[in-house]
Amino acid sequence: METTTTARPSTERTALQRGLRNIPVIYVVLLIVFIAIAIIQPSFFRPLTFLGFLKRAAPILVVAFGQMYVMLSGEFDLSVGSLITLLAAIATNTINSDPANVGRAFLFMFLIAVLVGVVNGLITTQLRVPSFITTLGMLLILVGMAWVITKGAPRGSLTDNFRIFGRGNIGDIPIAVLVVVVWAALGVALMHFTTFGRRIYAIGGNPVASRLSGIQVSFTKTMAFVLCSVSAMVGAVLLTGFAGVSGLTVGSGYEFQAISAVVLGGVALTGGRGNIAGVIAGTLTLQAMFSLLNFIGFPLPIRLTVEGLILIGAVALAAWRERRV
Amino acid sequence: MSATTTNARQGGKLSAGNLIGRIPTLGVYGVLILMFILASIFVPGFTKPQNLTNVLQHSVVLGLVAIGQTFVILAASLDLSVGVMISLIGVATSLLISGRVSMILPAVIVALLLGILLGLINGLIITKLRVNSFIATLGMMLVLEGALFSRFDNFAGRVPRQFEFLGYKTVGPVPVGVLLMLAVAALAWLILRFTKFGHHVYGIGGNAEVSRLSGVRTDRIMIGAHILAGLGAAISALFLVSRLRTAAPWIGKGLELDSIAAVVVGGAPLSGGRGSVWGTIGGVLILSILNNVFNLLAVDAFLQDVMRGAIVILVVAFYSARLRK
Repeated sequence: METTTTARPSTERTALQRGLRNIPVIYVVLLIVFIAIAIIQPSFFRPLTFLGFLKRAAPILVVAFGQMYVMLSGEFDLSVGSLITLLAAIATNTINSDPANVGRAFLFMFLIAVLVGVVNGLITTQLRVPSFITTLGMLLILVGMAWVITKGAPRGSLTDNFRIFGRGNIGDIPIAVLVVVVWAALGVALMHFTTFGRRIYAIGGNPVASRLSGIQVSFTKTMAFVLCSVSAMVGAVLLTGFAGVSGLTVGSGYEFQAISAVVLGGVALTGGRGNIAGVIAGTLTLQAMFSLLNFIGFPLPIRLTVEGLILIGAVALAAWRERRV
Repeated sequence: MSATTTNARQGGKLSAGNLIGRIPTLGVYGVLILMFILASIFVPGFTKPQNLTNVLQHSVVLGLVAIGQTFVILAASLDLSVGVMISLIGVATSLLISGRVSMILPAVIVALLLGILLGLINGLIITKLRVNSFIATLGMMLVLEGALFSRFDNFAGRVPRQFEFLGYKTVGPVPVGVLLMLAVAALAWLILRFTKFGHHVYGIGGNAEVSRLSGVRTDRIMIGAHILAGLGAAISALFLVSRLRTAAPWIGKGLELDSIAAVVVGGAPLSGGRGSVWGTIGGVLILSILNNVFNLLAVDAFLQDVMRGAIVILVVAFYSARLRK
């Protein structure tokens, strides 16, 4: 952010205050939520319970990472929720209670995810349709396809060797958590140690300058969409593994949850700024807040209201901080 | 139309500035007429008066809320909360009336006030808290949805026969609802075309910074646009309740995305500054005819979603391509 410290000694008293001001708000909010939970339901922090919490948060974490790539490049992907629903339906139908089919299920899911990402990317970059509209249309298309494939009722069920990713443990550590850690690590490596990552930040920060300096904006953005869809696939595997059934509403609303988590994590809506740590913090804050509401005993839909208030509050706060400088 | 100011960028392919501004609307009605002709020829039962009346009736709900959304999109903003607003206002109206004729007028007034209030809040969050409109209205949508669903999960309230005139009566061959929609559209067109407010809406959509520097109170214009979106939702809710004879917390679900699709199909780019109310009405009719044709052809309900999604994307791509020339 800012460092005009030498020019304005009267507003910045100490290095500590400056440092504190620079901590993204989300970490503070996360801390506050955790403290509140510690007071109301301290058993939440017992290792096994906490790992269970992380396991439940794993699918949305992975999906949020994917959404982050797209939003960093300056676009939106509203279709991830219905993509998850479709992939879940495909997985259930392909596996059809037979463990031998799991490999094929993964293959189909991967291919469809890549295809959707490519189509999203191409329509947005080549046909110049705003990503909002593109992915909105894609959302309808994918939901429709999910229904057409399953005719309303998914056939068969998922086998254990598929569900182990979302449901299984290695010792005490949930495999889902390991998947998240690996995916996050890959993401950090991608964004901070490869040219591709830097290009995404550049495109989000200043699309015109990026194009003029020779960056292939279309290719990079399309790749971002593909990363998003593949992340959705991983999320779908974790989610259905955990939940077991693949209802037709499995993924609904996920795109907005993911976008909320990403924005809370400090990724600017116009792109170009933000990182994985922030997204993790944003997602965990939301999930912890939901748990907190549960502990207090609020009715289920209230979590939506709280999510909305936090979202508005966090973005307003970030905007306010920007202006103070 | 005030689209002349943005046409300098077009490269002056056509000399009449106004004509370029009108092309999207002409194009929309061209598509509409084409669809009408094709449907009349190829779809049995399309031209039956009863069917055409149905199409018009179904257009009213979407049309009313899309008119409000038009103001917002013209101002380069977005309102994702209108769907939930409709549900909320619908439930409130239905409950207030509860079958009593004497409560109809107060309920209508309350409904309109609610729409104004909610729109005002959206506008204030966007202008005073400086929250991006996508996030602000997404947050508002979540807040309202949570509040609504935690209190209601089923149908609520009843509406007496006297209120049904909105939804069911006709003046000659034309349903009252259609007249209402056309009247609201005409009013909206007058505002946009002949008032300073209307011109400023186009202005802040075209270039908010320049408008502000020229002395336009951009905040007020933006708030005004969102208030009109709220009013559109309120009127739509009243019509919907009249037709349903009751209300439920989900009656508005999806209408926010549908209204955005209608505005965009009607030729107004999401970037703002261009478009017209009549274009939006054209977009609404296109989507309604599509719906109707799919039903008449007995297309699977969810295949309809697939095709609708694809068509929205294609139409917007088509407009973008033409603008690029």
